[in-house]
Amino acid sequence: MTTRANLIILGLIALALIGLPFILKPYGIFVLSMWAVMSIAALGLNLTLGYAGQISLAQASFFGIGAYTVALLGPLGVPFPLAFLAGGILCFLIGWVLGYPALRVQHHYLAFVTLAFTTLVFLVFRNEEWLTGGIYGVSGIKRPVFFGWSTTKAPDFYFFTLGMLALFSFFVWWMIRSPWGRAFIALRENPVRALSLGVDTRRYTLMAFAIGSALGGFAGGLYAPLVQFIEPNAFALGLSLNILLMVIVGGAGFFAGPFLGALISVLLPEWLRATEGFYLLAYAVLVMVLMAFCPTGLMGLVEKAGLALKRRTKLSEAKAP
Amino acid sequence: MMPVLEVSDITKRFGGITAVNDVSFSVAEGEILGIIGPNGSGKSTLFNCILGQLTPSSGSVAVDGRKTTGLRPCDLNRMGVSRTFQLLQVFPQLNVRENLILAGQEHEGSMLSRLLGAPDAGLSAAANQMIDFFQLSRVAEERAGGLSYGQQKLLDAAMAFMAGPRLVLLDEPAGGVNLTMLGHLKERLKAINAEKGATFVVIEHNMDFVMSLCTRILVLAEGRIIAEGPPDAIRANPAVIEAYLGH
Amino acid sequence: MASFIQLLISGLATGAIYALVAVGFTLLWQTSQTINFAQGEFVMIPAFFVLASMKYLGLGFWPAATLGLIISVLVLGLLFKRIIVDPILKHGVLPLVISTIAFSLFLKEAAKEFYSAQAQPFPPLVEAADVTIFGAAVATQSLVVLGIAILTVGGLQYLLNGTRLGRAMQATAQNPNVARILGIPVERMILLTFMINAGLVAIASILISPIYLAKFTNGETLGLAAFIAAIVGGFNQVRGAIIGGLVLGVVDNMSAAYLSAQYRGALPLFILIAVILFRPQGLLGRAEERTV
Repeated sequence: MTTRANLIILGLIALALIGLPFILKPYGIFVLSMWAVMSIAALGLNLTLGYAGQISLAQASFFGIGAYTVALLGPLGVPFPLAFLAGGILCFLIGWVLGYPALRVQHHYLAFVTLAFTTLVFLVFRNEEWLTGGIYGVSGIKRPVFFGWSTTKAPDFYFFTLGMLALFSFFVWWMIRSPWGRAFIALRENPVRALSLGVDTRRYTLMAFAIGSALGGFAGGLYAPLVQFIEPNAFALGLSLNILLMVIVGGAGFFAGPFLGALISVLLPEWLRATEGFYLLAYAVLVMVLMAFCPTGLMGLVEKAGLALKRRTKLSEAKAP
Repeated sequence: MMPVLEVSDITKRFGGITAVNDVSFSVAEGEILGIIGPNGSGKSTLFNCILGQLTPSSGSVAVDGRKTTGLRPCDLNRMGVSRTFQLLQVFPQLNVRENLILAGQEHEGSMLSRLLGAPDAGLSAAANQMIDFFQLSRVAEERAGGLSYGQQKLLDAAMAFMAGPRLVLLDEPAGGVNLTMLGHLKERLKAINAEKGATFVVIEHNMDFVMSLCTRILVLAEGRIIAEGPPDAIRANPAVIEAYLGH
Repeated sequence: MASFIQLLISGLATGAIYALVAVGFTLLWQTSQTINFAQGEFVMIPAFFVLASMKYLGLGFWPAATLGLIISVLVLGLLFKRIIVDPILKHGVLPLVISTIAFSLFLKEAAKEFYSAQAQPFPPLVEAADVTIFGAAVATQSLVVLGIAILTVGGLQYLLNGTRLGRAMQATAQNPNVARILGIPVERMILLTFMINAGLVAIASILISPIYLAKFTNGETLGLAAFIAAIVGGFNQVRGAIIGGLVLGVVDNMSAAYLSAQYRGALPLFILIAVILFRPQGLLGRAEERTV
């Protein structure tokens, strides 16, 4: 697609995102904010999985670490920006330390290591009551105030999360556009050849994993003030699987994939609320069908459709005298 | 003068099999060295040992006097050494120019400079030069996966030269290439050697290709060097003829 | 000492159940490169087949258990392979893993929606009674579980090593292409593996549900146990899965009693991480390559 077409679509989406809160009720705005937060988490996992090809089931832990950091530092008087940054940086470091040994093993083993890590972190969240409040969780999490602008009301907080989403999206877009993006494609497609061309595959993979984890932490740091009450069960393996499905359904390795995947995952329960619980069954079936027919996800479908269209126009152009 | 590549007593064992047995040679700057030998004589294994894909069981490798045994391929690349593979390995998703920029981008700078700097790592000009040199201008914007086999081979060689101006190791570059393209490839390799002083080592089965391209030839059989010298001498060497016919 | 023996035997009993599940998991990986993330839910669901048969068809326990076994083999074996695995396998390992994750979600929600979200009591195989061994009171149920598990695994080992069919299955697992050339019906062998796995998980389900109660969330813990047992034992060896299961059962029991009850699951997880990082082939497995 041409850059102009891309920019027009982007502009329309931006317009919609900015305009929606004015026509939605507070609950609708809440759902939209949740979409923005989950998109950041999925953006991070897409970097790790879609670009660097590593199966990580640990995104929920980083999400939780980011959330608890903000939730626990706030009452201690630490200003939100500092606590938020601290959560993200902490997750980057933990991701680096975890990834260093873990990324040397074969892909399916990494899934299990990250699975075990997530379960362990969950146990810590649940058992260390003195730190995290245990099963009672942390409540009364305040929404931040920036230079007199309070984000307590739903629309204000939504614009804040939207702004953060735009910021992180820009960062990832810049990264993919830079030589790093080329290196990621290389190490995902053909690590042996990439190595011989000087691509330090270990360093790049580690970076993707650590940055992906940091984004998970930042997402968690926004989740805490959004829901204003957090407890350990929200950050268990189930969330990791949820974010994984978001990335895959949206289309792993596509820039727009995580936004689409998060949209479906967050909106589906709302749309199918009438069916009461059967939405998860429908979602599961959707994923299985998608994997059978288009494992590259919804963006993959879009790409295929675009290619088919291009081929058909080329053919008809060739046929026309 | 210091040789660009110095290989000393390299041996590589896999369990009970000795694939490379006590091989030593050196390559001077500006040389085109050919390595030939029957199938299974250890040529590719030797390459892998030199380039860090495998660790030799014993022996050492030095590039420009610095010991490189045990370094990873990406570290060797930063010292100016690169290679092509028997099985074509361009990146089909990227276009020709992107492939070339990728080949050159890791050679200098740091991770950070690559993140913060220009998207093309300042290599567009160099890539265009390569495209012109290997006469790939017509397909420069096309996905590498869509090129013909011969064009992909040219791209493969071009990528190796982007990545390793100091020393390039080519693993069967002529494999599966038609006659016309073969002549073109040979002529381009000679030109890059003449104009840029590029040093390279070539493994090949195609005798005509090797004999007319290389200035010096090494013959490997069952992991050992059995002959060494200029093309004419090798052609007439009885031990070489026996090694090939005897199999 | 008495409590130690009690813990050991009940640990072995649970471990034997884990072993059954881990063996099935390993078999699937070996023969068809299928990493079945739904294995835990596979152990959770058959119990519901049995309960449904008893509740809606009015069957007694043993007929219901038999029917449950048959349904499991058909649904979790035949249908699973034909409908879910076959169309996706050609796309690679990752899409299949994702599909099994989705399937696990499906099974979990199906049990919750179509049967009950509440934990259901499940009939034990024998009446509650104790037997004294070395001065310790051991539940008869534990001994029966051990007995059945040993019989099942023993039967499986005999099938794999002592019969032509079994050896054909092993050949298929090691090198499907060569097996095909040798005239072995590879597709049928793979299908058989899936059905054997379904049988194993069904038996495991019937053995473990009296203790855990039949609950739709059982899959998470059981699945994790299967993965740990299979990997720690040795991902590419059936014997490894058996050892892994037994070790896991005993370690789990012991650590709950002698270490912290809250961090009950932690020790096996640490062992899993340690094994993957330092000895990925497990205690008994053969070494595979590393990446990067």
